[in-house]
Amino acid sequence: MAEKGTFGNPEVVEIETDLLIIGGGMAACGAAVEAKRWAPKDMKITLVDKAALDRSGAVAQGLSAINTYLGENDPADYVKMVANDLMGITRDDLVYDVGRHVDDSVQLFEEWGLPVWKQPGDEGKSLKDGGKPVRSGKWQIMINGESYKVVVAEAAKKALGMENIYERVFIVKLVLDAKNDNQIAAAVGFSTREHKLYIFKAKAMLNVCGGAVNVFRTRSVAEGMGRAWYPVWNAGSTYAMAAEVGAELTMMENRFVPARFKDGYGPVGAWFLLFKAKAANALGENYMEKNADMLKEYPPYGLSKVPATCLRNHLMLKEMKEGRGPIYMDTVAAMANLSKTMDAKQVKHLEAEAWEDFLDMCIGQAGLWAGMNIQPEKSPSELMPTEPYLLGSHSGCAGIWVSGPEDIAPKEWQWGYRSMTTVNGLFTAGDGVGASGHKFSSGSHAEGRIAAKAMIKFALDHKDHKPSLAKSTAELAEEIYLPVRNWLANNSLTTAPDINPNYIRPKMLQARLQKIMDEYVAGVATWYVTSEKMLERGLELLTMLKEDSKKMAASDLHELLRAWENYHRIVTAEAHLRHTQFRKETRYPGFTYNATYPKLDEENWKCFVNSRIDPKTGEWTCKKVPHIDLVPKG
Amino acid sequence: MPSFVYTEKCDGCKGQDKTACMYICPHDLMMLDKGKMKAYNQEPEQCWECYSCVKICPQQAIEVRAYADIVPMGGAVIPLRGSDSIMWTVKFRNGQVKRFKFPTRTTAEGSVDPYKGKPEPKLEDLTKPGFFTHAGQTLPTLKK
Repeated sequence: MAEKGTFGNPEVVEIETDLLIIGGGMAACGAAVEAKRWAPKDMKITLVDKAALDRSGAVAQGLSAINTYLGENDPADYVKMVANDLMGITRDDLVYDVGRHVDDSVQLFEEWGLPVWKQPGDEGKSLKDGGKPVRSGKWQIMINGESYKVVVAEAAKKALGMENIYERVFIVKLVLDAKNDNQIAAAVGFSTREHKLYIFKAKAMLNVCGGAVNVFRTRSVAEGMGRAWYPVWNAGSTYAMAAEVGAELTMMENRFVPARFKDGYGPVGAWFLLFKAKAANALGENYMEKNADMLKEYPPYGLSKVPATCLRNHLMLKEMKEGRGPIYMDTVAAMANLSKTMDAKQVKHLEAEAWEDFLDMCIGQAGLWAGMNIQPEKSPSELMPTEPYLLGSHSGCAGIWVSGPEDIAPKEWQWGYRSMTTVNGLFTAGDGVGASGHKFSSGSHAEGRIAAKAMIKFALDHKDHKPSLAKSTAELAEEIYLPVRNWLANNSLTTAPDINPNYIRPKMLQARLQKIMDEYVAGVATWYVTSEKMLERGLELLTMLKEDSKKMAASDLHELLRAWENYHRIVTAEAHLRHTQFRKETRYPGFTYNATYPKLDEENWKCFVNSRIDPKTGEWTCKKVPHIDLVPKG
Repeated sequence: MPSFVYTEKCDGCKGQDKTACMYICPHDLMMLDKGKMKAYNQEPEQCWECYSCVKICPQQAIEVRAYADIVPMGGAVIPLRGSDSIMWTVKFRNGQVKRFKFPTRTTAEGSVDPYKGKPEPKLEDLTKPGFFTHAGQTLPTLKK
């Protein structure tokens, strides 16, 4: 091996650590701060992020609200809300645990410098000292969040020290231990800046690389593809890497299809909750009132004060499919109503708040309004359900099956270390944890902290364990650099680098994945409808795509990054497809419909669906896992 | 809506090994053309328009041009980010301009000390619910 790496012949860097945090988002930053505080002085903690910590993860751009702050609320009520919104199938133990911990993270954010809106009279009084936040809903509080992630990252950097943080290193595979069955040993990846391959050996690992975006064909057709509602860099790495070492996944059939401002995908929460705006079809009819009877088909989830999010989409889609679109958010009436009781200065402030909602977290939506001459007080804005997303921290619950908190979880849901997956030493949080949605930014941070403590316990209990890899360094380098090999071996064959019979470039592979998922697995092309036969055909095509993924070519490190991101997307897509195939009902109307089984089937399918890849054979198996209510639901 | 770089304003971060925009882009989009010593967005259709590059550029050489496949031409949204607040200029297609200023943080940059004044946790509490900040408190639980 050359002393200094070259493209195709990287330098191999091996790092031994006790705890490894893979990812740089909210969960990762929470884990860093909590772990360092509890860890014995000689315990080494390392964080590896494919981007730069200040602006990585889902909060990179900022946020205008923190969606989970319990305050006076009982965590048990939070559990009920989450369960109802996710159509009954969530893990009460995990959700309760986040609920009872989350406020502390929010109070730390404020202490570190995040501006939190306060009620008149409480300005300057911290949340910790009882300052009353401005709530846009029962669980949400408003913030000036442009620098939210920068502030949270600063605390994580201070805790670990920059010498323990590797930025621009993309972890692409986990490796099991050679001597201990079902135990994690290493995480491997490469630098996107230097010709270096990294092998991190660790006793305990936190796999927190976000959800999955750009798995489905986007509604946009060109440049706009980047304007995903969730961050476009979330490539399903969390799910794919865990699945491939045999970690059990749960609820991967779940998805989120947010109804947002059309094309810009700007947030609607503040408009609905804070500004009290109403959405209507093109005829001005309130479709939630008009179609209220449709909610009665889905008791109890449709009958609660706030019906499940998917059902609200379900009612909107009826209008669109029957030709009564576009759907509009009536921002004009909302602003007019609010300004009735306000003076000119207050109205101006209200207008600034409306713009800040976009400028803090979805600047592109502000750009869209500017380009279309839309002023919310003068013209309404179109709403549209997006392409599907797979995630576990927002209004979705796809993810990995983890061990629950000892004092709450029934024995079936608990195997010693909170937040540990079914692979020993491999932990997850945030988007990684399945069956426990509605954590959002703050809950993901808190969940990272919860996991960090259990990881320390695991590392202490396995103090003498020396990870040994089931694969040689040379084998790993060959696997990871395969797209580079494919490029170097074949690119001179043809005169145009994009067209070559021996390889496929990652961008084209992604296009094929998106087309398959869109047309066969309930994307926007079919108004989110699939069927048993469509799924069968989709799996055939996806299987050939997975075979072809071994023929991806990467002409530089950037393209190697894209190649591996897209491989992760394929594995995640396959999990989604197989789970959807296994669940013989329509659990999330408005997000996805199985035309072969169009009804909700509480009797047979109010259960988790878990899946696992056998790491030795690559075979998938799906199974039903009984659901238990720990908090009685009304 | 992809970021773009004004040729005149970009100085390639004065020939440093990495430019500010390359350092910060969460999706690895910004590249330095070492021949021209100018940065550019190498994959505009993957741009989340998060503005991280725009906000960090020391030359204010980067702006965003709204997605051509969605948005009519002529608008612009331009930030100026300081250490405790951000100013926004929103230019509409029809020429109208709006300006907004919002606070971004209440503490000095770099001043965060996550453990200052916080209790030192006891290792025997490691498996109990609660963070290091919860020392001495008992969190609520659900009856099994």
